[in-house]
Amino acid sequence: MIASVFAQVNVTSATTENEIVHVAGPSIDWLALLPLLILLVGALLTLTFSSFLKGRAPKGLFTWTTVAVAVGAAISVVPMWARVQGWNSLMWWNLDQAQTGPFSTAGGAVGIDGFSLFITVVLCIGVVLAALLADDFLRRESMSGPEFYVLLLLSAVGGVIMAMSNDLIVLFIGLETLSIAVYVLAGMNLRRVQSQESGLKYFILGAFSSAFLLYGIAMLYGATGSTNFVDIREFMATVVPIHNGLLLLGLVLVLVGLAFKISAVPFHAWSPDVYDGAPTPATAWMAAGVKAAAVAGLVRVFMLTFSNYASTWKPIMYVLAILSMVLGAALAIVQSNVKRMLAYSSISHAGFILMAIQANSGNGITAAAFYVAVYTFMVAGSFGVATIVGRKGDGNHELSDYQGLVRSNPWLAGSFILLLLAQAGVPFTAGFFAKFLAITAAADAHAVPLALVAMVSAVISAFLYLRIIVAMFMSGGDDGLEDVPRANRLRVPMAAGLAIGICVVVSVVYGLFPDLLLHNARAATPAAVQFERPASAGSTTAGG
Amino acid sequence: MSASILSTVFASEGAATFPILPALIFVPLIGAVLIALMPKSRPELSRQMAIITGLLTGVLSIALLVEFKTGDAGFQFVVQQTWVQSLDIKFFLGVDGISLFLVVLTGILFPIALFAAKPEHSPKGYYAWLTLLMAGCMGAFLSLDLFLFFLMFEVTLVPLYMLIGKWGHGRRVYAATKFFLYTMLGSAFMLVSIVTLAVVAGAGDKGGVSFDFTKIIATHNLATSTGRWLFLGMAIAFAVKVPSFPFHTWLPDAHTEAPTAGSIDLAGILLKLGTYGFLRYGLELFPEATVWFAPVMLTLATIGVVYGGIVAAMQRNLKRLIAYSSVAHMGFALMGLFALNVEGIEGSVLQMINHGISTGALFILLGFLYTRRHTYEISQLKGIGKVAPVFAGIFTLVMLSSIGVPGLNGFVGEFLILLGTFMAHRWWAVVAATGVIIAALYLLWAYQRVFQGEPDEANKSFSDLKISEKLVMVPLIALIIFLGIYPKPVLDRIAPSVKRVVTRLEVEVQGFHEPITRNGADLLHITESSHTMNGEHGLGVATNGQGANQ
Repeated sequence: MIASVFAQVNVTSATTENEIVHVAGPSIDWLALLPLLILLVGALLTLTFSSFLKGRAPKGLFTWTTVAVAVGAAISVVPMWARVQGWNSLMWWNLDQAQTGPFSTAGGAVGIDGFSLFITVVLCIGVVLAALLADDFLRRESMSGPEFYVLLLLSAVGGVIMAMSNDLIVLFIGLETLSIAVYVLAGMNLRRVQSQESGLKYFILGAFSSAFLLYGIAMLYGATGSTNFVDIREFMATVVPIHNGLLLLGLVLVLVGLAFKISAVPFHAWSPDVYDGAPTPATAWMAAGVKAAAVAGLVRVFMLTFSNYASTWKPIMYVLAILSMVLGAALAIVQSNVKRMLAYSSISHAGFILMAIQANSGNGITAAAFYVAVYTFMVAGSFGVATIVGRKGDGNHELSDYQGLVRSNPWLAGSFILLLLAQAGVPFTAGFFAKFLAITAAADAHAVPLALVAMVSAVISAFLYLRIIVAMFMSGGDDGLEDVPRANRLRVPMAAGLAIGICVVVSVVYGLFPDLLLHNARAATPAAVQFERPASAGSTTAGG
Repeated sequence: MSASILSTVFASEGAATFPILPALIFVPLIGAVLIALMPKSRPELSRQMAIITGLLTGVLSIALLVEFKTGDAGFQFVVQQTWVQSLDIKFFLGVDGISLFLVVLTGILFPIALFAAKPEHSPKGYYAWLTLLMAGCMGAFLSLDLFLFFLMFEVTLVPLYMLIGKWGHGRRVYAATKFFLYTMLGSAFMLVSIVTLAVVAGAGDKGGVSFDFTKIIATHNLATSTGRWLFLGMAIAFAVKVPSFPFHTWLPDAHTEAPTAGSIDLAGILLKLGTYGFLRYGLELFPEATVWFAPVMLTLATIGVVYGGIVAAMQRNLKRLIAYSSVAHMGFALMGLFALNVEGIEGSVLQMINHGISTGALFILLGFLYTRRHTYEISQLKGIGKVAPVFAGIFTLVMLSSIGVPGLNGFVGEFLILLGTFMAHRWWAVVAATGVIIAALYLLWAYQRVFQGEPDEANKSFSDLKISEKLVMVPLIALIIFLGIYPKPVLDRIAPSVKRVVTRLEVEVQGFHEPITRNGADLLHITESSHTMNGEHGLGVATNGQGANQ
């Protein structure tokens, strides 16, 4: 579609010579793009105003502005959600909607449907949590300033673009916007050499994966004649390609690019190092936000666009899911660094999400959406605890650093235990329902062996979480030592405590009342809606 | 009369019918939350709270027993509340003759465990986890929704993990982790089975997903091979929990390192989740697969009986000895189930209850022993009978009940199981009968080494039981004797539901008839003697069985 817009410009400028040029730009539903715009403008304003303050910003100012921006963006989703779902009224507000249902705007480049809005909210939540965690962390590490927050918001912009993308090019733009900001975030801690290393590593490998993605997009364009999801979908529905080498290669390369971002095995090698090296709040965002955005990309490309080509990509996804779940869980066990453990466990979680995606069904989308939402809270909370336990220098992430935490900080340790149990999928936590839905989706799609592997790998990861809990809870026992609190009491900053508290509460509430979230996750279906091309150049004109 | 008393007691609740089943789960649950909120500085408050909660739940479970309609084979006191609409997951509770006594056992054994043992440190967390465990066990026995059952089954893991890991002895972390992972691995298979069953059975609206036990039972969408695979998945989970041979290795470790109350509840209640699961979610859900797998399960059970007994005889640690004896006893319970006739299944349910009482009592006594001597090693103990005659006397009685001496409770269950198995698969019963002898061997041998002879220096100061400790034992001893002499009230309530299960097997599985042999005169004689033992219409199965056979 982008290409067609440019084409229109050329045509009009060629035919008219002395007149004012009326360029037929795409019609844009600005209200639909509001979440994106709020995040973007928020980031730019933060950057601008911070230069006036010249480092005299009041304590915590940028944290709370970032939180406000993200919350504002999340709230701005609500009217769109009401429109997509076709609600007649929103609380006491009577909506008189002219059009309802999912729609496409910006010349078919952006698709506004249940799924994109759902992921947008998840990303906003991720921003809120990461910003709250970063507040005290940045002061502690003498990194205070607006940079972290600006980059966070910008990467969220990229994520939202990915979630709303209705075109392979837009998907790529979103991915790059997201990634470049996160590369910088990973390498932000100038005082830690690991942070520098992780930033560089992530950048180089990430650049490679972006190249793969872009190459795949080119292949797909060659094979299908379009980059627009809806056009490709229609093409795939009507044409059966006999020589499909180009198509297959394109699909695989796109999958590599996106699988790299959700750190699925075998494209996971970067994630333990990068998660370990990056500033911990940035790690929380990487694990929560980047993964959510990449899952959105996978759903849009594979489940939406190539859904009737599923017999081809499902086996690949199947293998990726098994490898990620099993290796992620197994490799996590041999680690002694909690951040690395969580990194490997997040690989395992990616496998579960892939399992939901490979189901290629409505249930699968619901499960993926539910999983991503719940996972955001669980993982952000877990890395939040790691942020606090990391202490000054952000280097104390060994298992031994957690010893006796139950004695010194019972609330912090209790929260961590709950979050870890939720990640392990213990009943009455949200994590259990996430895994349960993913397994249901797999069983529904006749992938029972995959479901079995998933559950066995869940047991392997349970061992990992128990190791961390044991370190905090029961020191000794086997070696005959009684519990000796080694750790001094850690100060839990207010903002980070709030973030962890939110995560814990949500993990429990969604575990007890899954219908609250499941209801929305079911409504979060992606839709392929063709953009209605304006009949003439009259509907919306730029420069006229 | 008692019913009217109860209705006046509960009249204050205002509701027409008091929701007794939810109360059985929520009273301990709320109790656990309250205990968690108690101030740490006043540990006695948490103990009192736990005792109040335990007693209240116990009273509720007794009330359930009184209100239970004896002749009814179906589910009573049913409560339904939608939980997750789209997947037809419900908060669905009900009780029948099979689960009734397990609920009552839970209600009785937990308060006793509270009275019998005190934690060595941090009492608040200990009591909170213990009451939470009670809520989980109640929920697992009462739920009629597969999903809810799985949740409750799993939720019992965390409290016991904490109890063993934090309040246990010796290699407690190793034992706790082994227990957790072993059971969770089994549950992993079960969850996949449950989910697949819910999808395949399609018992929901318009053939959709449903986890409702009664709805799934009513459907017949299960292909033979699918049913067998799903049964296998469930069977792994339950076999770990029972524990059946070869999945038993976690149990001795868990028992040895667990605190006393943990051992009581583990042996008394949690192991029954396995056999109960086999009965409710194996025999009832997958009739065809049950019949197909029955020989395998019987063989495993028989191996468990003999192997558990032999290994128990070799133990140097009293707790490990009792743990292996549990493997043998639960092997009996499993064997009775897969005899697939009324005698066997009835005996199995009775064996679950008896094992809970006897082994629970044994672990309480071992707890008393530990507080005095701080060891479970047999070699460290000698001549305790001389210095503590009351203790030795009670131990003897409980031990005899565990051996299965006629006149005490253990005998009735094991006899019915052996009878049922003999009618179904003769040689398995013959082999398993040696298990009874082996039980006598290891328990009497251990008794001899611990209680007889002259006490040495260390054991001379062994003080006899205090009044409070004697009082704790009174209800258990009363049950041991009562159930041994007059098991009829219990069997009367179990029988209709068991018959329902067996009838369903006969209806659902082509060519399957309840295995009851009536060809030998000797055998007939044996069944009649079981009649006289159980009162005039006691089992009432011989005639019924004959009718089915003709």
